[in-house]
Amino acid sequence: MRFAMAMDTKKCVGCGDCVVACQTENNVPLGFARDWIVESVQGIYPETVKMHFKSERCHHCDNTPCVRTCPTGASHVIEGGIVKVTASECIGCGACIEACPYEARYVHPDGYVDKCTFCDHRVFAGENPACVDVCPTDCLIFGDLDDANSPVSKVLKEKDWYVLAPEAGTKPQLYFLK
Amino acid sequence: MNEQIFVSGKNIPEIIPNLELWGGPIALYLFFGGLAAGIIFFANYFYLRGRSNTMVMTIKVAPIIAPIIIAIGLILLVADLNHKLYFWQLFLHIRMNSPMSWGAWTLTVIMIPAIVWPLYYLPESIEYIKQRAPKSKLIGLFSWINNFVRQFKIILWIFKVFEKNQKLIAYLTLYLSVILGVYTGILLSAFNARPLWNTAILGPLFLTSGISTGAALLIWLSNDHKEIKKFSRLDLFLIAVELFFIIHMFMGMKAGSIAQVEAGLLFLGGPYTAVFWVTVVGLGLIFPAILEIMELGGLKISVWIPAFLVLMGGLAFRFIMVSAGQFSSYHII
Repeated sequence: MRFAMAMDTKKCVGCGDCVVACQTENNVPLGFARDWIVESVQGIYPETVKMHFKSERCHHCDNTPCVRTCPTGASHVIEGGIVKVTASECIGCGACIEACPYEARYVHPDGYVDKCTFCDHRVFAGENPACVDVCPTDCLIFGDLDDANSPVSKVLKEKDWYVLAPEAGTKPQLYFLK
Repeated sequence: MNEQIFVSGKNIPEIIPNLELWGGPIALYLFFGGLAAGIIFFANYFYLRGRSNTMVMTIKVAPIIAPIIIAIGLILLVADLNHKLYFWQLFLHIRMNSPMSWGAWTLTVIMIPAIVWPLYYLPESIEYIKQRAPKSKLIGLFSWINNFVRQFKIILWIFKVFEKNQKLIAYLTLYLSVILGVYTGILLSAFNARPLWNTAILGPLFLTSGISTGAALLIWLSNDHKEIKKFSRLDLFLIAVELFFIIHMFMGMKAGSIAQVEAGLLFLGGPYTAVFWVTVVGLGLIFPAILEIMELGGLKISVWIPAFLVLMGGLAFRFIMVSAGQFSSYHII
């Protein structure tokens, strides 16, 4: 099992529903967010200006610098390649935050480090992550890469995609469709 | 134009627009770690060279400072944690891939010889201070500690074991002190996501800088002419090595990937240029080196001036590296 997410940059309208859904589902403290939206603008007005949105979160990398540098093992990988933090083992040193090229982690007001869990409590119950279910344009696609019939495997076979900062060597599992 | 803007969430000042998670306490901790490594290194090295009777300051007196500054460093480190009450989790796990984990263990292990060593020599240290500064308040304090500690049979037994195996312990501690010095750099260089830190030269650079600050402190504290001269020469050599490493580091960055080129530019035209080259390289390395050369040439210069400059340069170097490293990233946004 290898969970992954694809994100269609052409369909996303930047509404922010995924952000709010995550905050509600996971009780994310006020002012913080486990996922976020980036608006990307290319070109110079008034000539061709291109714009697209990206919904980003933890990339649940195959090669996890955050888990490697964690001094206590609080950051760990569970079944399906999901990267999680055990709050009771986390000392809040910030090594994982320094190690993440995607800035996907933050310090929870209670002191431990918090991040996207791919909504593992929903996923292992057979549901989609909250952000995926709530998306009004269906631009988020979630599934198991080891299953050739999963929605994410299919869409990655059909469409062109890219990942962020592949040069960081983390083998990220958040795919952006062109 | 290619612009990326946040439109939702993630307005976390520690992370956006650039990381500011680690600051003063971490820089100070790295400085104290390096300084302690330097003091312990010289004490053990010159003990093994058989200089116990000629270099009393280096081998017997100065090591008193090491456990104190290591302890201060550890307090700073724990104070900087966000989940402070869980710090003991560090000592339930050994994770060889995490520099912070083996650094915490190195600090814990080196604390044992760092405490036993100066305690063992305390009577001689008190004698030394009495000769040099008979009115010092430290004499009373150290005498009290000495009398207190030597009441316990277990401590006298530890001293006996220490005396019997001192050579072996000195070799091990020398090795540990090098690990401690290198660790202060590797702690930062382990982060691929911060291209400025992610260079293998950072470990040797921090080790050299730490040992150099140790030498500077010994120059300052000692009032034996031979000892001062020896450490002035050593410090000159260390400064030269440090300058070589710094040039090497920027050459590597200039020749690296775009992330590393940009990281190097922070110091070669970017926001950290002036502060780095003036404070660290100018006032912290080149100027004290010139003063030390003049002094070795026979000119009378108060020894504490170059020593103080080297120490401040080492401190500034750590503050700047910790801050600038968090400025450099892969620019996902």
